[in-house]
Amino acid sequence: MAEISFVIKNKVGLHARPASVFVREASKFKSAITVIHGDKQANAKSILSVLTLGANLGTVISIRAEGEDAEDALKALMTLNESNYGEAQ
Amino acid sequence: MQTLRGIGASPGAAIGPAFLFQQEDLGFKAYEVAEPQAEWKRMEIAFQMASTQLKLIYEKALQEAGESQAAIFEAHMQMIEDPELIGLVRKSILDGHNNAEKALLDAAEHYARTLEGLADEYFRARATDVRDVAHRCLRLLLGRPQVDVVLNKPSIIVGRDLTPSDTVRMDKSMLLGFCTAEGGATSHTAILAKALGVPAVVGMGDIVLTLADDIPLMINGRTGEIIVNPDETTVATFVQNQKSEKERAAAELLEVSQPAITKDGRRVEVVANVGSVADAKKAVTLGAEGIGLLRTEFLYLDRQTAPNEDEQYAVYKTIFDIQGSRPVVIRTIDVGGDKELAYIDLGHEDNPFLGWRAIRMCLDNPDFFKTQLRAILRAALGHDIRIMFPMIATVNEVKQARRFLDEARVELEVAGNPFGEKIQVGIMVEIPAAAVMADKFVKVVDFFSIGTNDLTQYTMAAERTNKKVAHLSNALEPAVLRLIAKVIEEGHKGGVWVGMCGELAGEPKAIPILLGLGLDEFSMAPTLIPHAKAVIRASDVAGCQKIAKKVLDMQSYFEVDAYLSKLLL
Repeated sequence: MAEISFVIKNKVGLHARPASVFVREASKFKSAITVIHGDKQANAKSILSVLTLGANLGTVISIRAEGEDAEDALKALMTLNESNYGEAQ
Repeated sequence: MQTLRGIGASPGAAIGPAFLFQQEDLGFKAYEVAEPQAEWKRMEIAFQMASTQLKLIYEKALQEAGESQAAIFEAHMQMIEDPELIGLVRKSILDGHNNAEKALLDAAEHYARTLEGLADEYFRARATDVRDVAHRCLRLLLGRPQVDVVLNKPSIIVGRDLTPSDTVRMDKSMLLGFCTAEGGATSHTAILAKALGVPAVVGMGDIVLTLADDIPLMINGRTGEIIVNPDETTVATFVQNQKSEKERAAAELLEVSQPAITKDGRRVEVVANVGSVADAKKAVTLGAEGIGLLRTEFLYLDRQTAPNEDEQYAVYKTIFDIQGSRPVVIRTIDVGGDKELAYIDLGHEDNPFLGWRAIRMCLDNPDFFKTQLRAILRAALGHDIRIMFPMIATVNEVKQARRFLDEARVELEVAGNPFGEKIQVGIMVEIPAAAVMADKFVKVVDFFSIGTNDLTQYTMAAERTNKKVAHLSNALEPAVLRLIAKVIEEGHKGGVWVGMCGELAGEPKAIPILLGLGLDEFSMAPTLIPHAKAVIRASDVAGCQKIAKKVLDMQSYFEVDAYLSKLLL
């Protein structure tokens, strides 16, 4: 099992477009991926659960992955956050 | 005739008959199913069909309203394929023996309610999307086809809150505007209306749902006002205004290259706020006599490394060359915790507007700051350039910044790079402390430029984008006007010129006050210049001084606004 934490950098947070991109990326991996925000947990491959986390700008989230490609999955999601979900500011 | 108020969500005005849009009540029954497996199959087929529909709608939205609108349907597709949602529905059917309709609606409501309970409006607005998707599947389960909304004449759509699926099947050619009972400034209706360029008023309350179909409406998407059954005079005035507005704009455009001189002979400078090379060109064609605010952030954002000196020099030189001999006020970088720079860790701040930003960050990063200063100095050769420091709170900050500017000059000399010699140095007055201490700042600057947007938010301790306190954040608040008056007065006493680069400078209503207070330079979005010049030409300073004196003595923004509106009549 692998886990990382990062700060959401998108101005409007993990909603709409960014959440959509995030879920699409997570769905590429076989591992079970969980997003944790405070006491809430969400399936990273479910757009609805990710949205209900209400993770806006500056939120610290943790991502836990379990499975054969866990490390790669975390790396990919981290990169996505760094690149601001492919959006301009 | 009756006037109703809501939230102006997309600017513009329209007049036309109401088209009452009612969401069909699909009414379904909940029952226990005998063959859960078959029921689940029925659900799966509905999901697949919905997915196919959404793909087609995506294409339609892409053509009609652009990529950001189309993206909504991409998200809808994702919702239909959501493993958690599917899991809930499946469990409800297979284990709970619920019929597909009930299982689907229960699961969708679960998510919609959770979203509605979130603090952030952006997330709350997504509840509409979940319900929209569920509704689409429900129609398929019940075999009730989606019908197109046909407008047989130009109309204003009135409804509770419109979902993306509602709006995509409306005929946009007949659409004059939107008026909804629910929704906020970031609701789907608001976003779509802006994309289509039609006015929208949202959050009107249930009263709009009681309006009769076809009743004449007049809506103003800027003020959030709608007039039901406007009388003949109101309609005539509206039509006349729209016509004269067009004629006026055309006439003003013809005179745009002429200077702005008041009736009693005082000339003021009308210049542009610019944030890109394209803006700089547009400013010239719209009659800007120079640039009053050149924002430089565009060079820094969305990249992995800081722009180097040569790169910055090339961009500044391009813009300065476009302006030729016209003056350019260039503001050094103004970013902070609300933006991201990949190459400087700005950190996350709870209160970025009161944090480590703009000049504060630059003074702590001398190399980064001096790179920009050297680039500006080099590009300034042969031009009339004025450097402006943002977010100045103390005289000491100006002294420090000037020291870095001197160092940048020395570095260029050592490197043998030629640079502009005669450069004015000024500050943006946007922190109340700087306004209050203006008499001390005159000794260390050549000019002041008042940034009214931030000056207002800091003076009133209220941000404009927060709906609940937006009424406090108005630049015409007497407290803000008094600070502006003080800055202009002290500036002139100390021999420095005073400009303004906030939104107030381009506001026709405010121009008489600013002329009366003696403002030397008005800087605004290029598109506002033609009209602002016309307003200045129609004013006389003596009269404006009386207006200014009067408003400074008023108690509230509302009093000021009412008085100015009366003056315009």
